[in-house]
Amino acid sequence: MAISRDSSADARVDVLVLGAGPAGLAAATAAVHAGARVTVVDAGPTPGGQYWRHPPGSSPPGIGQHPTTRVYRMLAETVRARTRYLSGHDVWAVERDDDGFAAHTVHEGAEVTVHARRLVLATGAHDRSLPFPGWDLPGVYSAGGAQSLWKGHRVTIGPRVAVGGTGPFLLPVAADLAAHGARVVGVFEANHPRSWSRHLPAVTSSVGTFLRGAGHVATLSRHRVRPRVRHAVVAAHGDDHVEAVTVVRLTPEWTVVPGSSRVVECDAVAVGWGFTPRLELPLALGCTTRLGADGSLVVRVDDHQATDVTGVYAAGEVCGVGGAALAVVEGELAGLAAAGARAVPDRDRLARLLGRRAQLRRFAQAIHEVYPVRPGWLSWLRPDTLVCRCEEVTVATVTNAVHELGATDARSVKLLTRAGMGWCQGRMCGTGVAALAGAEAGTAATPHAFAERPVATPIPLGLLGRVEKPPLQPGPAPVPSHNRKDRPL
Amino acid sequence: MSPPPPTFDFDGQAIPFRPGQSVGAALLAAGIRSWRTTRVGGRPRGMFCGIGVCFDCLVIVDGQPNQRACLVPARAETDVRRQEGSGHGNLS
Ligand SMILES: Cc1cc2nc3c(=O)[nH]c(=O)nc-3n(C[C@H](O)[C@@H](O)[C@H](O)COP(=O)(O)OP(=O)(O)OC[C@H]3O[C@@H](n4cnc5c(N)ncnc54)[C@H](O)[C@@H]3O)c2cc1C
Ligand code: FES
Repeated sequence: MAISRDSSADARVDVLVLGAGPAGLAAATAAVHAGARVTVVDAGPTPGGQYWRHPPGSSPPGIGQHPTTRVYRMLAETVRARTRYLSGHDVWAVERDDDGFAAHTVHEGAEVTVHARRLVLATGAHDRSLPFPGWDLPGVYSAGGAQSLWKGHRVTIGPRVAVGGTGPFLLPVAADLAAHGARVVGVFEANHPRSWSRHLPAVTSSVGTFLRGAGHVATLSRHRVRPRVRHAVVAAHGDDHVEAVTVVRLTPEWTVVPGSSRVVECDAVAVGWGFTPRLELPLALGCTTRLGADGSLVVRVDDHQATDVTGVYAAGEVCGVGGAALAVVEGELAGLAAAGARAVPDRDRLARLLGRRAQLRRFAQAIHEVYPVRPGWLSWLRPDTLVCRCEEVTVATVTNAVHELGATDARSVKLLTRAGMGWCQGRMCGTGVAALAGAEAGTAATPHAFAERPVATPIPLGLLGRVEKPPLQPGPAPVPSHNRKDRPL
Repeated sequence: MSPPPPTFDFDGQAIPFRPGQSVGAALLAAGIRSWRTTRVGGRPRGMFCGIGVCFDCLVIVDGQPNQRACLVPARAETDVRRQEGSGHGNLS
């Protein structure tokens, strides 16, 4: 395999931004304007991350209409023109070196290492999924997956689609599907947003975001879709792909209201329960984490978005799920600080950014309080429901590990059952296994058990040995043991 | 009249795609929802997360198993095949 050591004369830039979503683009732009030399690395083919995802050769949807597309255009143009922007580079490890940091990436099967004095981590989040009977059937998608297939590839997940889960994100997913030819057979929100009234101050201070939500509701009503609250998709049915789902009414704690179950025919279902920050790189660098308002592990940062590892900054969903607007504000703060602009503060600008950040964080907090994942979902599981999709581990196997084999928490369940040890390294099942293990063993759920991963992305075997200094503590193999013979990904 | 869209080969079937689409998205647009069976239960799988993190969408691309169909860009010369189990035939 080809190896590039990135040995060009001025290879060591001031700031390396990992992730080109809203947070990373804003960080890179702020750092460039503050006079820093910047490199931006992202695995995807186009800048924009999840929020501004668009097919190569096009623009984000609604360009010219949506106010944030102007922001996108400005940020992306700066990044393209004034930074070294490396698309299609998957970062699999980061490490400290003599004069800063090295990020090891894989690009078209070859290794490319990038050096910088300071780092901004802006790797975003992935969907938070919960297991339910039939969720492994083809035709079941995570909500973000459905959205990314539309935004990035212009494909709707099916002609007749059900949307379920919790959170305001379900609305744009359903609205985009409805607006682009899919028949949305229902939107099923498990929580009851009635409790919004308690959060009016947070809402009114973020009117723009709130109104966009109302716009999605209007789109849905044009397509005669009325979202149902306290409802959930609790099972998917079909032999080889989804043919129908079971929809139920929920109690406030999310157990099924007796007699409320009905079967709804559809070809696909999109389900989302919020998002889980992608913490592989911050954890590998030793950044301190805390429990976020939605129960996810998030990176701890200060007013400058600095982590407690010197020279490492973090912005966007990795610091707590809060949406694209917050990611942009945090990115700008991180970019300024990483460029060294801390010493020459434009006080007004800093104060404005911190005020905006506080406001948007209050809004995010309110959302997490209105749309939590409530424990009753565990009652939807059956003994034969798969919890871990990769290793095909069932609920019965996990309960057996607790009650017969003496597992006391998620970590021991993982070791005894292999749940979370497959290809995805627990990204899909981590929340579910931790909750199930905790409920069965009578202990608290431990999100940490699944957050640490030896490599952030699968890499060709043999690559680990080529890095002079192992970037990480010796840990499990980079790819699951049964795949050892696999060729490069 | 616009020229016909480019296609790639999927187990002998020509699958049309739009420039910039992934192999997985093009298969889905052609009505193909699954292209892999699992190692243990032999169950069908297709895409789930859409962004390269779940590894459900594994497929054989140009002879290489375990490629993520949601990430691999569709190209006219690509040879795409269904993947059974670990994707190594009887070798593993
Ligand atoms: C699938 C999905 C779809 C979503 N769609 C929407 C939507 O339509 N509307 C909405 O309001 N919110 C959406 N969100 C929520 C999303 O988190 C936004 O709030 C916003 O995009 C967050 O911005 P960010 O910059 O923090 O992270 P992201 O936008 O997630 O950007 C992170 C970037 O880092 C890159 N990255 C991550 N790890 C690595 C690595 N190891 N190597 C190289 N690059 C890496 C990713 O490719 C990505 O481009 C979606 C989330 C997901 C998971
Ligand atoms: S659909 Fe999840 S990795 Fe491809």
